[in-house]
Amino acid sequence: MRYLPKSPADREAMLKEIGLRSVDELFAPIPAEYRLSRDLKIPRQMAESEIVDYFRQRSRENGEGYTSFLGAGAYSHYRPVIIDSLISRGEFLTAYTPYQAEISQGTLQSIFEFQTMICELTGMEVANASMYDGSTAAAEAVMMGVRLTGRRSVVVARSLHPEYREVLATYATHQGMPLSVASFGDDGRLNLTELEKSITPSTACVLIQSPNFFGTIEDVAAIAEIAHKHGAMLVVSIGEAVSLGIVEPPRDADVIAMEAQSFGVPMGFGGPFCGVIATREKYVRQMPGRLVGQTVDKQGRRGFVLTLATREQHIRREKATSNICTNQALVALMVNIFMTVYGKVGLKELAKQNLAKTAYAAGQFAKHGKVLFSGAPRFNEFVMQTSEDPQAINSRLLGRKVIGGLPLKKFYPELGNAALWCCTELTTRSAIDTAAGLVAESEKSARPARAEADVAEVTR
Amino acid sequence: MKHETPKATRHVNQNEGLIFEKSSPGKAAWKLPPLDVPEMDPAKLLGASERKDLGNMPEVSEIEIIRHFTRLSTWNYAIDLGMYPLGSCTMKYNPRVNEAVARVEGIANGHPYQPEKISQGALQILKTLSECLIEITGMDAITMQPAAGAHGEMTGLLMVRAYHHAQGRPRKKVLIPDSAHGTNPATAAMVDYAVENLKSDSRGMVDIAALEAQMSEDVAALMLTNPNTLGVFEQEIHKIADILHAKGGLLYMDGANMNALVGKVRPGDFGVDLMHLNLHKTFSTPHGGGGPGSGPVAIKKKLEPFLPTPVLITKSDGTLGFDYNRPQSVGRVRAFYGNFGMFVRALAYIQANGPDGLRQTTEDAVLNANYIRKGLEGTYDLPYSTPTMHEVVFSDKVQAKKGVRTMDIAKRLIDYGFHPYTTAFPLIVPGALMIEPTESESKEEMDLFIDAMKSIAEEVEEDPQTVLDAPHSTRVSRLDETAAARKPVLRWKPAV
Repeated sequence: MRYLPKSPADREAMLKEIGLRSVDELFAPIPAEYRLSRDLKIPRQMAESEIVDYFRQRSRENGEGYTSFLGAGAYSHYRPVIIDSLISRGEFLTAYTPYQAEISQGTLQSIFEFQTMICELTGMEVANASMYDGSTAAAEAVMMGVRLTGRRSVVVARSLHPEYREVLATYATHQGMPLSVASFGDDGRLNLTELEKSITPSTACVLIQSPNFFGTIEDVAAIAEIAHKHGAMLVVSIGEAVSLGIVEPPRDADVIAMEAQSFGVPMGFGGPFCGVIATREKYVRQMPGRLVGQTVDKQGRRGFVLTLATREQHIRREKATSNICTNQALVALMVNIFMTVYGKVGLKELAKQNLAKTAYAAGQFAKHGKVLFSGAPRFNEFVMQTSEDPQAINSRLLGRKVIGGLPLKKFYPELGNAALWCCTELTTRSAIDTAAGLVAESEKSARPARAEADVAEVTR
Repeated sequence: MKHETPKATRHVNQNEGLIFEKSSPGKAAWKLPPLDVPEMDPAKLLGASERKDLGNMPEVSEIEIIRHFTRLSTWNYAIDLGMYPLGSCTMKYNPRVNEAVARVEGIANGHPYQPEKISQGALQILKTLSECLIEITGMDAITMQPAAGAHGEMTGLLMVRAYHHAQGRPRKKVLIPDSAHGTNPATAAMVDYAVENLKSDSRGMVDIAALEAQMSEDVAALMLTNPNTLGVFEQEIHKIADILHAKGGLLYMDGANMNALVGKVRPGDFGVDLMHLNLHKTFSTPHGGGGPGSGPVAIKKKLEPFLPTPVLITKSDGTLGFDYNRPQSVGRVRAFYGNFGMFVRALAYIQANGPDGLRQTTEDAVLNANYIRKGLEGTYDLPYSTPTMHEVVFSDKVQAKKGVRTMDIAKRLIDYGFHPYTTAFPLIVPGALMIEPTESESKEEMDLFIDAMKSIAEEVEEDPQTVLDAPHSTRVSRLDETAAARKPVLRWKPAV
């Protein structure tokens, strides 16, 4: 086996040194009746070339070469080449959690820079070293709010990513945290009247997303005012990190739970991604996850260490703020490098391109279908209603190697034949024009048929 | 230095400040293509929501970024540099073909919501890996959704809860041995189970009499690490399972130490009802400085209705897809399907090994730990003489007489060119030195390690201060952790 650095003679010599005759004796502590006396039924040992072939084949069966308009929590942005050059360095790739600070300063300093940039971008005072992803970060942020307020119930915006809502429901079930949902209005924003009604004296926090699942930017200040008036905290989930380049961050939030995948992390069929929690300094001791802090060594030189570990499971066990141990460190490093590459000016320009492409696309699509929620600003996603079921439109688009917007019927039946479309800086004008043209064709052929069906419905 | 350090020589490395300290307006590492749609005025589109300023985000050039992170990288120790014997962390070689195949276009760029019809490649990877892991663990089904070991524990205990609920007998507590990882009790608390400690016997194993006494119909499950954190296989595992099952409890196995078992014995065969795996330990996906991980949970048939949604299925037309209609499911524990990129790497590792390679890997891992035990026995105190599997735990009892503790020895090991072992864990061994070499170490590397450890033991006798002040050869000496926690500085701020 090519990964194993021992010759048969080495193994012999080692056994002899230990005083054993055979390897089997090493496994004597395992009761004989349980020991496996056959080969595992798994694929045979393969050569590296065979492994590469296998995955290239799988790649060809996996949407290679399609133009996509999917967003909805996983975004296609350009990844600068140097991200992979740098994270492939063995010193980053093959290091453990930086508990031994003297020989982990590289990882520690990079996390400190990551925390700083997340604070700069979100307008918060402290940020952790990462969480699994945006969905679990949101659930943990809510639990933070529950601990900080001593209250138990939670109001969740219906315009929060539906799968994030599902994850929160799973986390909340056994914590005795009742969840209620506040709907959205005609402009796609959280319905403030409904929000006000949903909040009770036992509401620990309100959880919203901005830009929300529909790409609509929420009126965070107004929502914060309502939440705070009732003594509840405001947790804001950010699913599309690139929005932070041009959209004012939710500065009125108490906790921000972010998904940073847009910053240089491949979509990779949904993971690994990079969740982060950012908050106010006064709440830091209730924040889950690792934190890096600056300090000095014995000679007074600047250095970095993992700190405030008394929040964490390896110290506090069942009294910890969370059970999280392994996080997304290497992915956070990708995010860090991406933020460094684009920086103060580039992130803004990048976000502006996303904005322009989406505005153009929404304009083109509006000629053939109904673009919803136009009453409020959006970032790089929009919802379009069609007369035909978007599944049917999409299967036609698929034949032209275009993946259309995400059909929303599963998540939002109240929106009828609607789909969520996304454009990024990588979406070309010609792709938008092609997709809009195909949708137009589809709608033209569907409308008469649809009208007939409606007539049939009425006459029945 | 009086003692030799054949493994390492001091070497110049570069100083480097924080990236913010290199920033100045007008430098840039990015270039966007010309916009092919009409330019839009953000103020018009966004109104009051428009952001005007990005604060202290850096402005630097590409070469500066390359040098910045390359310099930082040289300050890290890594498996690629040498032995990294952290106990219970399984710091094995991370094969590079894994990285290559995870970056093939259709795999790296697949969108989680792209139609199933054009996701068959990813789903096939998911299916093949699931089947391999089910076979390796001897279980019946698996969920790949959990993002890390602790997340797997939570998913597992949620299923335990749902199972007992469906039986009409919700239970209140979870038993956890005193040798367990901190994540076990933290997880139990997260799913609102009371934690009850279970003590170990003089051999470092579960105390069967204590278990029998503590087991009741209020106990939902026992969370057992096997081999446990002493590297000891629970020889009476069948009794443990029987005691639990007799009173309707479930046996949960923390698979953190699965590297001792793969291809030699299957938890499903010795009574385990559910367990998590750490793909970043046993299956070689890189630790990456603390993540990402992946913590699949393998289960017995009786727990299948409770798996998180969605569940991978083969549809009537033979294609693969997801089943979202699972009324008894515990729900979703993460958006999308899990850390898919880690699945790709783990499958590539299994393929590179095959059944013979995996068995040899396990044998080598156990052989290595026993070789180190033999080499250091007599020099360091061995609190439990029970046979060692993949890791060995010594204590600093002998050295403590000179005022030198496990952390001091660990820091001195750095000067000898090694990453330290795990210090002060498991908690049942005061001053523990927990050493897991993995299969990736050659005899030569381990001989150097043993020599280094012996040399440090001599230094403790002759000149303990050298050990107490270690490390001496690193860029920074021991850092002031108390100051860091007392007045936390968690971000850079410009000088005012």
